[in-house]
Amino acid sequence: MVYETVTNPRYQLFSFACFLMMLSTAEVTGAKNSEDIRCKCICPPYKDVFGKIYKQNVSLKDCNCLHVVEPMPVEGKDVEAYCLRCECKYEERSSGTIKLTIIIYLSILGLLILYMVYLTLVEPALKRRLFGHSQLIQSDDDLGDQQPFANAHDVLSHSRSRPNVLNKVEHAQQRWKRQVQEQRKSVFDRHVVLS
Amino acid sequence: GVSQLTLPRSYTRPRRRSLAHRSASRSGALTLWTCVLLVSGPAAESSLTPGEEMNGSGNLMDFLDEPFPDVGTYEDFHTIDWLREKSRDTDRHRKITSKSKESIWEFVKSLLDAWSGWVVMLLIGLLSGTLAGVIDLAVDWMTDLKEGVCLSAFWYSHEQCCWTSNETTFDNRDKCPQWQTWSELMTGHTQGAGGYLLNYFLYIVWALFFSFLAVSLVRVFAPYACGSGIPEIKTILSGFIIRGYLGKWTLLIKTVTLVLAVSSGLSLGKEGPLVHVACCCGNLFCSLFSKYSKNEGKRREVLSAAAAAGVSVAFGAPIGGVLFSLEEVSYYFPLKTLWRSFFAALVAAFTLRSINPFGNSRLVLFYVEYHTPWYMAELVPFILLGVFGGLWGTLFIRGNIAWCRRRKTTQLGKYPVLEVIVVTGITAILAFPNPYTRRSTSELISELFNDCGALESSQLCDYVNDPNMTRPLDDIPDRPAGPGVYTALWQLALALIFKIIITIFTFGMKIPSGLFIPSMAVGAIAGRIVGIAVEQMAYHHHDWIIFKNWCRPGADCVTPGLYAMVGAAACLGGVTRMTVSLVVIMFELTGGLEYIVPLMAAAVTSKWVADAFGKEGIYEAHIQLNGYPFLDVKDEFTHRTLATDVMRPRRGEPPLAVLTQDSTTVEDVEALIKETDYNGFPVVVSRESERLIGFVQRRDLILAIKNARQKQDGVVSNSVVYFTEDAPQLPASNPQPLKLRRILNLSPFTVTDHTPMETVVDIFRKLGLRQCLVTRSGRLLGIITKKDVLRHMAQMMNQDPESIMFN
Repeated sequence: MVYETVTNPRYQLFSFACFLMMLSTAEVTGAKNSEDIRCKCICPPYKDVFGKIYKQNVSLKDCNCLHVVEPMPVEGKDVEAYCLRCECKYEERSSGTIKLTIIIYLSILGLLILYMVYLTLVEPALKRRLFGHSQLIQSDDDLGDQQPFANAHDVLSHSRSRPNVLNKVEHAQQRWKRQVQEQRKSVFDRHVVLS
Repeated sequence: GVSQLTLPRSYTRPRRRSLAHRSASRSGALTLWTCVLLVSGPAAESSLTPGEEMNGSGNLMDFLDEPFPDVGTYEDFHTIDWLREKSRDTDRHRKITSKSKESIWEFVKSLLDAWSGWVVMLLIGLLSGTLAGVIDLAVDWMTDLKEGVCLSAFWYSHEQCCWTSNETTFDNRDKCPQWQTWSELMTGHTQGAGGYLLNYFLYIVWALFFSFLAVSLVRVFAPYACGSGIPEIKTILSGFIIRGYLGKWTLLIKTVTLVLAVSSGLSLGKEGPLVHVACCCGNLFCSLFSKYSKNEGKRREVLSAAAAAGVSVAFGAPIGGVLFSLEEVSYYFPLKTLWRSFFAALVAAFTLRSINPFGNSRLVLFYVEYHTPWYMAELVPFILLGVFGGLWGTLFIRGNIAWCRRRKTTQLGKYPVLEVIVVTGITAILAFPNPYTRRSTSELISELFNDCGALESSQLCDYVNDPNMTRPLDDIPDRPAGPGVYTALWQLALALIFKIIITIFTFGMKIPSGLFIPSMAVGAIAGRIVGIAVEQMAYHHHDWIIFKNWCRPGADCVTPGLYAMVGAAACLGGVTRMTVSLVVIMFELTGGLEYIVPLMAAAVTSKWVADAFGKEGIYEAHIQLNGYPFLDVKDEFTHRTLATDVMRPRRGEPPLAVLTQDSTTVEDVEALIKETDYNGFPVVVSRESERLIGFVQRRDLILAIKNARQKQDGVVSNSVVYFTEDAPQLPASNPQPLKLRRILNLSPFTVTDHTPMETVVDIFRKLGLRQCLVTRSGRLLGIITKKDVLRHMAQMMNQDPESIMFN
């Protein structure tokens, strides 16, 4: 029901997070660095003047040939003909958004790579050292199972029975690993879904 | 509190117990929540479990517990019961409406319930737009990372780095000292073989690195994130359940690896995966509202709208997105969804525009805006381009399906990571030398769509300019081609052959891959070549009859950019068989309403030519390859078979497994469940009379018996199971009977044995049935399931009926 949804703390949390995200995006896009606006005029070759590109940080109303093209390469009456061929465009960008986006993306990618390395290399090594030979025997049985999370079942059985936060997190993580392993079996091994 | 749904026709469910430990929603600190989310993703993804007990305060721990399956949920890889979902929603709505008259607060609640649909659409639009903006910016940067780096600020791509610099010249618009290629950075050489080889080598290394990361992340975290996603979403929207396909980890991994896959230079696009991303967002927000999270039918309405938002941000085409969702992706598209999809698509487009990834308030990289007219005689090359598009579509579909089938069945499928690396290596090695394949495909299409004015300095626009010309910019007459254009032509021809071949092997690999952009690239290259050819012919032979009427010397007759657009539309139409949505997307991309007729001509021609060779588009072909139970609404069934020809059991098969109304014991039922794997059992009056009472689902039966054995006293193996209102008359020594009327569907669909299959297929399609019982004069004869229907249709079309794998 909607009432439960609205008082649902998870929903409140989520909407708060969304609001923060939107606020930060708006803030970033709202701030106009002076470097972030420009007027770009492209002037093709004319008589014996080479083609050139002119850029200046002017606002929209000043974005035309007369304001931006400095120094003017032709004299007097040629100016009008020259300016007719030039195309001036006003462009804006948000350098803050670009910086924020790339840095956020790289940090998420970095975290995922670290987690992946941990799951595939570090965790099996740790578990093997902790649980010793019994684990080794079991892992010998699944000969072809080179995949990550192969020991999800075993770890579940070794866990302690104390219901505390870490234990629950561990259980949830093992359950997730089992689900991913199921997915991996259907996609990569049996080719049942997603050819 | 617990919402007690009462269904009409006595299709009731047992009262849901108040289980305090449920998976959704508890209080907790934000960091712990996100941390837990990361490690336990799909635990919270059990968004398909209904019956969440939202008490407002529970503990965080319950969130982590395993979700308890309830009566009324569906198993993985099964089809939903559309009628049941619809009636559940009608009941919910009726209850809310009746309660809303009681008090003001109930009235407000009913308003909130009505508005929840719009809130979901708004959230979907915001998140899809944001993610699309992030993806665009990251792809822009990472694609350029293969070639060099910006020294002043490493997060700028090539174009952004040189944005403020004044050292760019007219001929070399890209050069500026702040951005250096890798060979410049490492050795200081820019020219010469050494620099070129070093750049080449590093380009290949970066490409391999990106694609290796992409496939590893997909393999370790979310295997469902690979491929395009559209065939599976089509199947999901038709009622199939694939758990985890639209989950949070899939969303995260698909977004991250899509950037990596596109940046690695592979011949793939991001439009199909963006639809998948948007549908994941839709699923995510559905879980916030019980109206959508508990009802699979309503959820699919939201997913249809989310698909529209996905295409809208991919192309900058909101209307095209809605039409694409209507035509290609959705199965049942009620009119209410049309308006909501449009709203979601618009919100997504606005969000993307505000993030402004391309710096010019444009939505898509290749937005062109010229208005030069086209002439009737040009319809001939446009139709030729349409034929090319149709032929290419057929070639691509056949080649790709053959390759994917090989991947499914032979050793090739056992080495996904190696396959991705090899294909990336080949692509990078062959793509670097040709300047048209070295850059990203979007930039290539943008350049091909652009008209050549006096301001362009690329090789493609190296026309011989008249130095005394005084015409304004957009009325440049046709000019003869300079040597640069001829060089560009043969480079483009090589690029065309390369792209045609490599895309066949790229689409379908185990990384997110779309095929809109590569198809458009193939079409754009072909179109531009044809356009330049026509332009030069019109210039040099302006006295031929065909050109005399409409192309005078000194006039601007032929626009090769338009030919590129028409070619792109033709190829895209040939592959996907889109009709209206394709034309709308193309004219929203270009802003030119005057080009609708050429686009339509090419799209129609390519569809006709491609349909002559094979009825299916690429998505339907992939659905068939995977054996999904997708009953296509576009297929027509015109054979004269009857229901008796298709129903089970056939002659020689064991008789139908039925339950009787009051003489089966619990032990018999359990034996039946163990021995067979049918999804449901008909219930008859008795084995002698075989008159039909109703239908009961296997899952409901299992759960009900398990509950009964645990909770009710006196229920043992010998207890009789009865489906009538009153218990049967039994001697007192018998154990307590078990009433299971609640799980019985008293109105199963039936047809008589002489019903033509045409009608049966229509019923299945229109009502979304899973099975249909066959009777004769009131007596039960057999059952037809959706799988039987699909197999029969495959058999009639001379395809392999055993390829249908799912129920």
